[in-house]
Amino acid sequence: MTGGGLLAGSGPGAGSGVLSGGGLMARSPLDGSIVSPGVRELPSQAEMSLRELPFLAQVGLRVDPAHEAAMAAVADVLGVRPPTVPNTALITEDGSGQVLWLGPDEWLVIGEPGTGPALESRLREALNGAGSVVDLSANRTTILVSGPRARDLLAFGCPIDLDERAFGPGRCAQTLLARANVIIVPVGPGPEPAFRILVRPSFAAYLAAWLADAALGLE
Amino acid sequence: MTASRLAGGGSHIDRARTVNFEFDGRRLTGLAGDSLASALLANGLDVVGRSIYHDRPRGIVAAGPEEPNALVQVAWPSGASEPMLRATTVALEDGLRAWSLAGHGRLETVDGGIDAGRFDSRHAHVEVLVIGAGRAGRAAAAAARLAKPGERVMLIDSYPTATGDGVVAGTTALGIYDHGYVTAVQRRPSPQTEGRLWHVRAGRIVVATGAIERPIVFADNDRPGVMLAGAAATYIDRYGVRPGERAVIFTNNGTTDAVAATLRRAGTELVETVDFRRGETVVGTRGDDAGRLTGVDVARADGTTETVAADLLLVSGGWNPSVALWTHAGGRLRYDPAISAFVPDQRGPNGRIAVVGAAAGEIEGLGPIVPAWVVPPPGGPSEDGWAKHYLDLGRDATIRDLHRALDAGLESIEHLKRYTTIGTGSDQGKTSGVVTSAIAAAILGQDVGAVGVPTYRPPTVPVSFAQLAARDRGLLADPIRVTSIQPWHAANGAVFEDVGQWKRPHHFPRPGETVDEAVRRECEVARTSVAMMDASTLGKIDVQGPDSGIFLDRVYTNTFSTLKVGSCRYGLMCRADGMVLDDGVTSRLADDRFHMTTTTGNAAVVLDHLEEWLQTEWPELRVHATSVTEQWTTVAVVGPQARAVVSRLVPDLDVSQAAFPFMTWREAVIAGTAGRVFRISFSGELAYELNVPTWHGLALWEAVLAAGRAFGITPYGTQAMHVLRAEKAYPIIGQETDGTVTPQDLGLGALVSTKKDFIGRRSHRRPDNLRPDRKQLVGVLPVDPAFVLPEGAQLVAPDADLGRIPVPMLGHITSSYDSAALGRSFALALVKGGRERIGQTVLAPLVDRTVEAVITESVLFDPENARRDGVAQP
Repeated sequence: MTGGGLLAGSGPGAGSGVLSGGGLMARSPLDGSIVSPGVRELPSQAEMSLRELPFLAQVGLRVDPAHEAAMAAVADVLGVRPPTVPNTALITEDGSGQVLWLGPDEWLVIGEPGTGPALESRLREALNGAGSVVDLSANRTTILVSGPRARDLLAFGCPIDLDERAFGPGRCAQTLLARANVIIVPVGPGPEPAFRILVRPSFAAYLAAWLADAALGLE
Repeated sequence: MTASRLAGGGSHIDRARTVNFEFDGRRLTGLAGDSLASALLANGLDVVGRSIYHDRPRGIVAAGPEEPNALVQVAWPSGASEPMLRATTVALEDGLRAWSLAGHGRLETVDGGIDAGRFDSRHAHVEVLVIGAGRAGRAAAAAARLAKPGERVMLIDSYPTATGDGVVAGTTALGIYDHGYVTAVQRRPSPQTEGRLWHVRAGRIVVATGAIERPIVFADNDRPGVMLAGAAATYIDRYGVRPGERAVIFTNNGTTDAVAATLRRAGTELVETVDFRRGETVVGTRGDDAGRLTGVDVARADGTTETVAADLLLVSGGWNPSVALWTHAGGRLRYDPAISAFVPDQRGPNGRIAVVGAAAGEIEGLGPIVPAWVVPPPGGPSEDGWAKHYLDLGRDATIRDLHRALDAGLESIEHLKRYTTIGTGSDQGKTSGVVTSAIAAAILGQDVGAVGVPTYRPPTVPVSFAQLAARDRGLLADPIRVTSIQPWHAANGAVFEDVGQWKRPHHFPRPGETVDEAVRRECEVARTSVAMMDASTLGKIDVQGPDSGIFLDRVYTNTFSTLKVGSCRYGLMCRADGMVLDDGVTSRLADDRFHMTTTTGNAAVVLDHLEEWLQTEWPELRVHATSVTEQWTTVAVVGPQARAVVSRLVPDLDVSQAAFPFMTWREAVIAGTAGRVFRISFSGELAYELNVPTWHGLALWEAVLAAGRAFGITPYGTQAMHVLRAEKAYPIIGQETDGTVTPQDLGLGALVSTKKDFIGRRSHRRPDNLRPDRKQLVGVLPVDPAFVLPEGAQLVAPDADLGRIPVPMLGHITSSYDSAALGRSFALALVKGGRERIGQTVLAPLVDRTVEAVITESVLFDPENARRDGVAQP
């Protein structure tokens, strides 16, 4: 269940944005016909890859960072203490997830697809009423923007400084990309710039269309 | 004026590359590197348009963005066209076509018009932004790079052909705002893009915008052939274009010495230099039949006057530092008599902004200057004598106009600007502003510095709306939000309506059906069998923490702390002023956890409201609120057969009335997927709302369709939803309410607790909120049952004199529909003292008729709520 190939050019239903098993089939927001016309192909000069990373687990965590016992219990579950430096992200102990700082008492824990409900239970148990835990896995999808021109592409619509020195791996930000609220998380270190864009599903088609259009502006 | 291309020279042009273009329908050639203006001059085109009001021929005056005359419409090879450009700042390219606008900024559509062009915007973050790539700007950029090699230095310049290390050419700063934020517009950033709006955040800003030469005003100073002296040198040096053959220079300063040398080098005969410093003036000009310059009337120091034959008159009245950007940032100006111009009032940086070079008043070669602003008419001052002394060429405004304004009693330079329109043209007074101030000061007997100059405001040059909109247009104008079920809606012919940013199905017409027919059918099915709708846009908020019950008691007018786990309750919330903010059903998930729902359009407003009270008033409450609107897809299954349909979807759940009563919820496995089922109703019918994680939403919808097929399940849209809820008088926040409506006004006083405190409670006791004649929600039945009143219609008393304006209003229609269930039209309305008027007749005066209607109870269908648990089927 790795990233779906929708924006990379595979046809409808061909990406792994469709998850079937027992029960209702799951479709990620960008794997279907809802993407606006003309966004499936990227101009070749874009040196860019856009693809959806569907179904990542996301759990919202609210707890007072001064509550030492609760923070320690959370750290036990995640293997890492939630970061208290604003707009930073830490990798969870097993390397499979990330903890994003969203506010002085708010984090978003990212994990492998399918792990949301279990993570929610373990964190709720650990908090023992000291805060709030909500499974938000379906509340946002993730678009991976990567390639040498990734920063240039995002700069068409993102007001924050995306330079590696200001916003390298280990950072995260809640900001605007075009007219959509997003969480941006740089990925790395790696051979080329890459960013995860977390966006609510209702905005995903708009954002995908915007990204593809913006790529046309890269000279 | 007989301009032509020189055989040699031109630092910006490439003589090996010919460029074909058109101007006013004539096919012409230029060279790569030309501006449109330099190419026109190279082709001997000296008249580039006619003036806006006086219809006088006008030529190119300047070489930069200060050009007041050469306004053109340009059609790019890409098929886009753009009006209101200055020929001096348009880079020539092959296939470009341009038209003179004769002084008017006409929004003509040529080819695809501006809409065919691609305009975008881009953000940039730099440690140093240098504006202007002249000598001072280049030096500042080089110094910044040298001082801290890792720092990002951005150097921009207006000239499309500007060159230099890393310069972003064709880019004009529009304004400086707070915190180092600068906007700039770049022309033709790439072959596929007409324009780019830059949003630059800079740690430091160096303003190196240079200075703009200013004219001296004399009679007939607007002829083609009269040019700013420095512009002539620019055309020769940069473009290898000679603007004329026989030149006269009129100057009051030393910068024209270099111009004279340049002219000689270019082979232009310098007939005479009329030097104001020696007491010499140009008092007027002569022209040929076409208005072109043929001679210059020169008054010598000895009092004699002579007409000198010339086709080029180069004027320099001094130089105005380009200080607009400095003043945008709050910098102040002072008048510096040493250069007869306004300069920044401080040397060195003001915070993060520094002004350097000519923009700071360092005018190279200026030498001693004798202020020269205006030469009186040859026949002596008189009203008509000033009629051809042009101050603002773009506005055709003269010294006569300035006198009229002063005679009308205006003194402030801001008032003079508005009265005369001087400085309000597309060039924003770049050449006329300071001259006007100086002449006004002389007439008023004041110092120039005391009179000052009109405020400079962004943008420094005109910017098209297409450029400002950038990519936010068409389908990208605003996000179109869709639910997970959208593909099905679109594939099955839904007609959509906009609800905020959401696209929601309004109705699902069958072939040949009208809107009304479709809505009527959808309503009928919901009341007689079973129907389904996509309710996913409903706002959803997870409220969690040990104090959640206390918190909700304070937020809602009614009590939630007593709600049992597994149960749901309809709640109303008010603002502090007692007016209804939102409503919705909130369910208790656990002792310390609730699932709140909000109106679609109010989801963010309610979350902000909750956060505001938690963060500012009740930080001691252990409660957190999290938006889960998009975590869940919600499908409502509505109608007498809903239980049968839902039972097929949740085989493990006992859906009997006894086990799963109205206003409860259950965790359930829905078609094999874990979700939540709520027994709540927005129609009065037996209804269930099924919730699964969003990515299962489409499959859930299809599963409900399949489970309901045997019952003829029918999807319905927002319009049927509105009708069904209005028949039950369920209000829609924002439709029945407008921020001035209390729960009591809605007839929902029973939901307002008298036993506890809540937001808005105190306001409910204000005398104004207790008036018996407040507008109250009532039903309205038109006497003609086939007539549907327009929403928004005003209601008046039956004995109102409709001829006496204003007619006293009783209230207005908030919702109005045709109802299948009622077999007639009906409406909801807010009416003064409405409940006292039940049974009375009112009038709705419409445009073409006046309609009679009767006030009724608001709940018109199933007032005893007999249907919510389902009805026995025949």
